[in-house]
Amino acid sequence: MNAPSSPASPAPDDYQDGNALAGPLAEVFAVDVTAAVGTCAGCRRNGPLARLRLYGHAPGLVARCPDCGQVMMRLVRSPTEAWLDLHGTLSLRIALPEV
Amino acid sequence: MAVISRGFHGRRRAGGDKLPPGQYETRDFPVLSAGPTPRIDLDSWTFTVTTEAGAAHAWSWREMTALPSEQPVVDLHCVTKWSKFGTRWRGVSLDLLLADVESAAEFALVRSRGGYTTNLPLEDLLDGKAWIAFEYEGEELAPQHGGPARLLVPHLYLWKSAKWVEGIDLLLDDEPGFWETAGYNNYGDPWREQRYQGD
Ligand SMILES: [Zn+2]
Repeated sequence: MNAPSSPASPAPDDYQDGNALAGPLAEVFAVDVTAAVGTCAGCRRNGPLARLRLYGHAPGLVARCPDCGQVMMRLVRSPTEAWLDLHGTLSLRIALPEV
Repeated sequence: MAVISRGFHGRRRAGGDKLPPGQYETRDFPVLSAGPTPRIDLDSWTFTVTTEAGAAHAWSWREMTALPSEQPVVDLHCVTKWSKFGTRWRGVSLDLLLADVESAAEFALVRSRGGYTTNLPLEDLLDGKAWIAFEYEGEELAPQHGGPARLLVPHLYLWKSAKWVEGIDLLLDDEPGFWETAGYNNYGDPWREQRYQGD
């Protein structure tokens, strides 16, 4: 793999390994994420993901901000993996049942 | 689009040895795009090669189309599995455009209007393997197929043949592009079926 180098890592005792993401992500993607409110990293406007402009006639799915056109999300599905890129999304606000 | 005369190019048995693994032949020209199709004014069009030292070599539309052009007839292979045989183009060879560019770069990052990028080794742009193409089947290249001009580098999967090309950065270090940072193969050789990272 040839990914760009990641930003400076936090102090070694300051992080958990990636397995700790499993629970939160399972919860996130068990809901209908199109109702989640996403904030664009480009223009900082927000709205439900259902408002995004989805370009699907491509090697992957490309979802763009309806206000500024920047790519907010990319999803590539290979036979064995999904690649999700959210670097154009500043945050996703997801309504969950009250605990 | 011009009508291609039947039998102009020999079509061997359905695909045959012209079809890379996992591909099927289509006679359409499917339009794939990761964003809106830009409408580009020829008066403001430029193509710029930028070296690792920051030196820029730019061509206007008039300058580009006044250069000696070639008419490659090539097969196209899209990573979404269609292949199209015997497509006819007109364009300027990258050998010509890069001839007077001083660079020690080994990598290229191709940039397009709208923000699309794709990377490849610089040597894959040289030796008669790549063009800045502005005609398809005898007519000006339509916007949905990348007009007014696109990169044509047919020995790699078609996502490398960036539509609406605006420039090429020559780099000492490889810099993965739009699809190459999202799971697609860094090189993309159809004959080795290099679709995804790890293939
Ligand atoms: Zn935006």
